[in-house]
Amino acid sequence: MDKHINMPITKEVTEQLHAGDYVYLSGNIYVARDAAHKRMTEALDRGEELPINIKDATIYYMGPSPAREGRPIGSAGPTTASRMDKYAPRLMDLGQKAMIGKGKRTKEVIDAIVRNEGVYFAAIGGAGALLSKCIKKSTLISYEDLGAEALLEIEVENFPVIVVVDKHGNNLYETAIKAYQS
Amino acid sequence: MIRTISSEDIIKNIKEMCIEANHFLAEDMDKALKGAKETEKSELGKKILNQLQDNLTVAGEEMIPICQDTGMAVVFLEIGQDVHVEGIPVEDAVNEGVRQGYTEGYLRKSVVKDPILRENTKDNTPAIIHYAMVPGDKLKITVAPKGFGSENMSRIFMLKPADGLEGVKEAILTAVKDAGPNACPPMVVGVGIGGTFEKSAILAKQALTREVGSHSHLSYMKELEEEMLDKINKLGIGPGGLGGTTTALAVNINTYPTHIAGLPVAVNICCHVNRHAVREL
Repeated sequence: MDKHINMPITKEVTEQLHAGDYVYLSGNIYVARDAAHKRMTEALDRGEELPINIKDATIYYMGPSPAREGRPIGSAGPTTASRMDKYAPRLMDLGQKAMIGKGKRTKEVIDAIVRNEGVYFAAIGGAGALLSKCIKKSTLISYEDLGAEALLEIEVENFPVIVVVDKHGNNLYETAIKAYQS
Repeated sequence: MIRTISSEDIIKNIKEMCIEANHFLAEDMDKALKGAKETEKSELGKKILNQLQDNLTVAGEEMIPICQDTGMAVVFLEIGQDVHVEGIPVEDAVNEGVRQGYTEGYLRKSVVKDPILRENTKDNTPAIIHYAMVPGDKLKITVAPKGFGSENMSRIFMLKPADGLEGVKEAILTAVKDAGPNACPPMVVGVGIGGTFEKSAILAKQALTREVGSHSHLSYMKELEEEMLDKINKLGIGPGGLGGTTTALAVNINTYPTHIAGLPVAVNICCHVNRHAVREL
């Protein structure tokens, strides 16, 4: 079922989401991948505050290509989410509600989704040019020295994603495959 | 007769090819994606395949890289033995071409200087260069930027000779099943069978640069390619790994003689953005 959602994603929103739903997101989301997650975790270890507002945050696992002049961003598709599995449960427990990436997650991450009534969305891997058209604005938040891995906040409009793991722990990667096995 | 090629010429061509490969897929891939839309049984799978086609259109028309992971630049050089390269060393020329292509072409710099210390080189160098000396006076260059979503899902199996053809089939299916949604299906599966540990990996990489829809000249390997494509597409993984009948667009297998005690099988997986540009100087 197609749904349109305005950010932020709260418990009231994840209540309505089911594995397999096709969802268009609009509003502000954070962008971070491996290196930025490592730094955020290290900041937490030192007892420092995160550079982002983690409550009801949505983090898109992505490292864009450079923007051409006059454009907010370059190619901007999802990266493999499993590389963030080590860091995700801690951030979810601190209030993060949604993750956007591609690929399988560990049981620890799925447990964290259920525990915190969160959601894991997949964006279409390898469709970075098309997805970049849904990104209206991009702002550097922190870790500029990481280049393509810097922490960003982006404004998206009708950004297409699919619910892979919902708050009940239903996992589309497992159920959908069974439907087409022969 | 010795033919002279200037390193400047190599730089210019590599630069253009890095940009070209990251914005335009070769016709065979475009055709394979179009064909997949006709046969895909999942509605969501069809929708995703349509988006991948739209993505290619946007990439080419607006010069936005097809995928944000513009890859590590893998460069195959087939150097005619009657070629003399004038100017800077060939390796430096290739890296200079990659540097210019990735910086001037708005491509992502995805290479770190050291695998443990992980500081970005900021110009996507160095390239991975494979050299071959061949007869003639031409220089054939293949630039194949390789993304790591799928590269990370690639495998080498050192099978026993007794494992035979069945063992090879199982190895390929295992790699594809494990890759699942992580490798951005529909994928292209490059397989290298034989040689040594490293030779099998290079064979698999070269197999990815073979035209999708082409087949091994060995008839039993052609049959294996077709059988494995069929088996892979029955796994149900589908476009985006979200279920469907299009999991792979092609299985390309390259082989080489091997040792009496061994049966190396390398499976190099590539996503649907199977990029390569080819030129002959």
